[in-house]
This record gives sequence, C-alpha cells and structure tokens, in this order.
Amino acid sequence: MLHAGHIPDAVTGARAVPIYQTTSYVFEDTDKAAQLFELKQYGNIYTRINNPTTAVFEERIASLENATGAVATASGMAAQFTTMMTLLNPGDEIVSSSHLYGGTMTQFTHTFKKLGVKAHFVDPTDIENWAAAITPKTRAWYGETIGNPQGSILDLEALADLAHAHNIPLIVDSTFATPYLCRPMDWGADIVVHSATKFIGGHGSSIAGVVLDSGKFDFSSFATIADPDPAYHELKFYETFGHYGFLMKARAVTVRDTGGALSPFNAFLLIQGLETLSVRMDRHVNNALAIAKFLSEHPKVEWVAYAGLPNNRYHALAQKYLPQGAGAVFTFGIKSSNPRRAGKEFIEGLHLFSHLANVGDARSLVIHPGSTTHQQLSDAELEAAGVSAGMIRLSIGLETTEDLLWDLDQSLQATSA
Amino acid sequence: MGPGSELASDIRLNTLLNESDRAKFQDAVMIRKILNTSKTIAIVGLSPNSARASHFVGTYLASEGYRVIPVNPRATEIFGEKAYPDLLSIPFAIDLVDVFRNPDECVDVAKQAVQIRAKAFWLQLRVVNFDAARIAEAGGLQVVMDRCVKMEHGRYTGSLHWVGMNTELISARRGQRYI
Repeated sequence: MLHAGHIPDAVTGARAVPIYQTTSYVFEDTDKAAQLFELKQYGNIYTRINNPTTAVFEERIASLENATGAVATASGMAAQFTTMMTLLNPGDEIVSSSHLYGGTMTQFTHTFKKLGVKAHFVDPTDIENWAAAITPKTRAWYGETIGNPQGSILDLEALADLAHAHNIPLIVDSTFATPYLCRPMDWGADIVVHSATKFIGGHGSSIAGVVLDSGKFDFSSFATIADPDPAYHELKFYETFGHYGFLMKARAVTVRDTGGALSPFNAFLLIQGLETLSVRMDRHVNNALAIAKFLSEHPKVEWVAYAGLPNNRYHALAQKYLPQGAGAVFTFGIKSSNPRRAGKEFIEGLHLFSHLANVGDARSLVIHPGSTTHQQLSDAELEAAGVSAGMIRLSIGLETTEDLLWDLDQSLQATSA
Repeated sequence: MGPGSELASDIRLNTLLNESDRAKFQDAVMIRKILNTSKTIAIVGLSPNSARASHFVGTYLASEGYRVIPVNPRATEIFGEKAYPDLLSIPFAIDLVDVFRNPDECVDVAKQAVQIRAKAFWLQLRVVNFDAARIAEAGGLQVVMDRCVKMEHGRYTGSLHWVGMNTELISARRGQRYI
C-alpha cells in the first residue's frame, strides 16, 4: 500500500508521488515515436492512454490484488464498460448476478442493448442458475464480491471453477471488499473491477475506477482479443502480449477510443487513499459490525442484512472470503406499518449520517435505495435485485462508534411506528 | 544476508515454473547481468512479420542499443540485419541466444548455442524445455526460461511500469537505471 508501484524519483529524489499534470510527452526522436505508436516501445504518449502518476496507482492496486497489471479509468462505470467493450462483440452475451448496483444493471440492460450485447441476470446465490443461463454466445460472468445493496456474498471459488469449465472468464466487481478484505483473484477470478471512488480513494473526493487482470485466462478463443485488430493495424493482442494482451487492448484500443481515462490529479488522491487502506478498513469494518449488532437488537428494527452477523445467511461465505470483516455497507429495515414513510422520517432525523448517493466515504452515509440509486428499476427488477420499499442502506465511516450509535438511536426513537 | 546495494526483488507472477525452478532460471540478478553485459543478441525464430511478438521484441532490443541478429531460415534480412538460417552460420560472436521456437525444437538450438560459445541462453515466455536448459547449462551458458527479454528489460528500466504492469519491484531507495 505504501511502496509498490513507486520508486523515488531519480532526478529530484521526491519521496511522495509527483503529479504529472500533463496531456502529452515529448518524443525522444521520430523512430522512437513511431515505435511507441506501434506499441513496440513501452512509454508515455498521451494521458488519455497513460500517465506516470496514474501508472503508480495502477501498479500499486495491481500489486494489492495480485494482478498482472491494471488500467485506471475515469469511474467505476467506465471500468466495467471498458472491460466488456474489450471482451465483447455485438451478438455476444453475458451472465450477471442480479445483486448489483442499480447503475450497473441499467448499463448492462439498456446501454449494452444498443451495442447488441445481451445480459442475462441470475440470482447469484444458487450456482445452478449460472450454468443454466449459459448459451453458445456467453462470453463473461459478472458479479459483485459483496452485492449492492442486499449484502449477498459471491461464492467466488465455486463460480470461478464452473466458469472455467465452460471457458468463460469470471469478472468480479470487488468495490465493497477492497483488496484488503478480499482478493478475488486468489480464488480464481480472472478480471477484477473497482469503483475506486469508494473505499480505495476513501474520502469521497474523486470519481475513479480500475480494471485488473490476473493474466491467467486463456483468451485465444476470444475474437476480440485474439483476432487481428483492424483498430490497431491487424495486431493480434493475445498472441503478441500473452498474459497482458487483454490489458493492452483495454488501454490501447478501448480507453483510447472511448476516452474514459483517469485524471492524474485523481490518481494522486487515490494513491493517498491506498496508503491508509488497511487502517481505514479495519476501522470501517469494526464500526460496521458494532452498528449491525446494535441495530439487530433495537426494538424499532425489523431486520439487518450484514454478512458479519452470525445469523446472516451469507455468514459462512463471509468467513471464508472476508475473514477480516464483511465490509462496511449494509442494509436494514425499520419496524413500521408504513415502511416507506418510516424510512423517510428516519433519514430526515439523522444528524451525523450524510444523506447522499455514495458509499465508502470516511464519513458515514445513508440512503433509501428504492427512491434513489435503484429508482430506474421496475418493481419486478427491484425485487430481483433484493431491494424492498423500506430498505435503508448505511455506509459506515470512521467516526467514533458511540457517536454513530447515538445518532441512529435518536432518529429511530423519533420514527413513528 | 540481504542483496547489499543490489535491487532486492522477488518476481513471482506470470510463469509456469515452480519456486525452485524460478530461483534457478529466473534469478533477477542473473537476468540483469545478462542484459547489462550482452551486446549482440541472436533471436532464433525472429519473424519478418511486424505484427508478430518476436518482431516486437527484436525492434525493441535494437532500439535499446543491442545488435539484434535474426536467425530464421525463411528470411534474408530483417530490419537491416542479414538473417542466418541457424546459429552455426553466424560468422561472429553472439552474447545472448533468445529463442522464439516451440519447446520441442529447443534442444537443437541449445546444442548450437553451446557450439558457438554464446554466453547466455534464453527461452521466451511459455517456452519451457528442461533438457535444453540442462544442455546449455552444461555448456557453461547462463540460462533463463519462461520470461520475455523485452518485458525483463522494461521491468528494470522502468518502462514496463508506465503501461500499468505489476513489475513486482519494491524499493524506497532513490531510483536508478538497473540496466
């Protein structure tokens, strides 16, 4: 978290990572320039493709995830879009967990439809569902380590084994876990994506994403990676670059052409975030567990869905994949004859929890998914995504535990039954 | 005992070799020594097709200042250098023999590398042949297996890092060129 990806600058000796706030880089000579454009030299061309500050973030997160490399993107949404646009052709299909961030579901359903890609959504908790949804066109499986918002835990090892038996790469969004709590590639995941906006940045200051590849999946049968690429003078990315063919294609073609590159300043802020990831995550999960226990015993609380609690249906999976803590985002429901109204009253009665559409800030956050993040979904889609009308989602921050308990308690007491 | 002023590194990712074979055939100090002392590199299986991996590696090494000698019976000249049908036909000394061939062809190449008294024998990424390694080793050559010359050069000159790759190098010392 502190050293990987950055060796102090040879010329200045600067210890912190310098911010290379530049669009472009002067070439050594015309031959080297031509070779850079042909990808025969590694080097900096243009910040839409790579940048020395961003490269530190990329290598550092790759080191933390045990990945062969990484491509940073402007947002988490851009990270998953970059991944899919690199892997898929029109007519291809993906199978995805339905326990997803609402924005991801919308991207997969509607934006991908425009590109000729069909997404099949399955209840991720029954492994049979994944295999049953495979068609000859299936090119990827996708799920979240900790599903947003219902807090289900993906059975990574079983899913990876089954995906590989069908020659399908397993893509995991590990935003809620961070590489400190879980490294999906150690369980067989092939590609990991993050919304680095959340716990990685950690301070609610920067929108960012990242795509990581284990380098282990055999993409030789994937037309998009293995066939001669007309967008790059007939280069065969997989044959030429092997274990980093996917990432080179993602960087040199997908991000180059779709433009979702990370800014160097945001990369710097993410690097600052990563330096304290372990100490912050310990505090996030300790606070989250204390609050989940408190709520589960509170007379005004109907249910709490946190895999860190022993009675949760995902507790065994959480112990296997997230032994240091089941994350710091979870949901609960208020005991009320009118849960929608009670949810509204509860949120409006809070003093310390910020009501906004984000998670993974240093500060504690609260939201009502049914009316915000998941509002584009139909009732049926809401149900499939496990979002109930009165569900409240909390993202537990780094405040003193007692202060958070006080705030939740006073607002629950004031909420009408 | 630490590595002293040498860069400490443990490169574990992206190889088919186990830990003891990695220590033997991918030792970081040996790799840097080969890249620092070699001047002339024969690439066996260098393709004239500019889209092939071997061509990428050859172009890169030539632009980094090495003299790259193509060994390919089906080529006459590749980027300005005369191509030879095999190692034995090269009329001058070769420091490093870099091999882009199927593993089952590597024993013959190893025998030739010994015969021409090359100093090092390098089998590219995913080219693994322990018999070939043993022959080259017995002939006094340093042997690298299942690594890419270009990637290793880029790892220690810092350029591999620029494309977001995990170089697995960690150091708080002031940066320097290790190659």
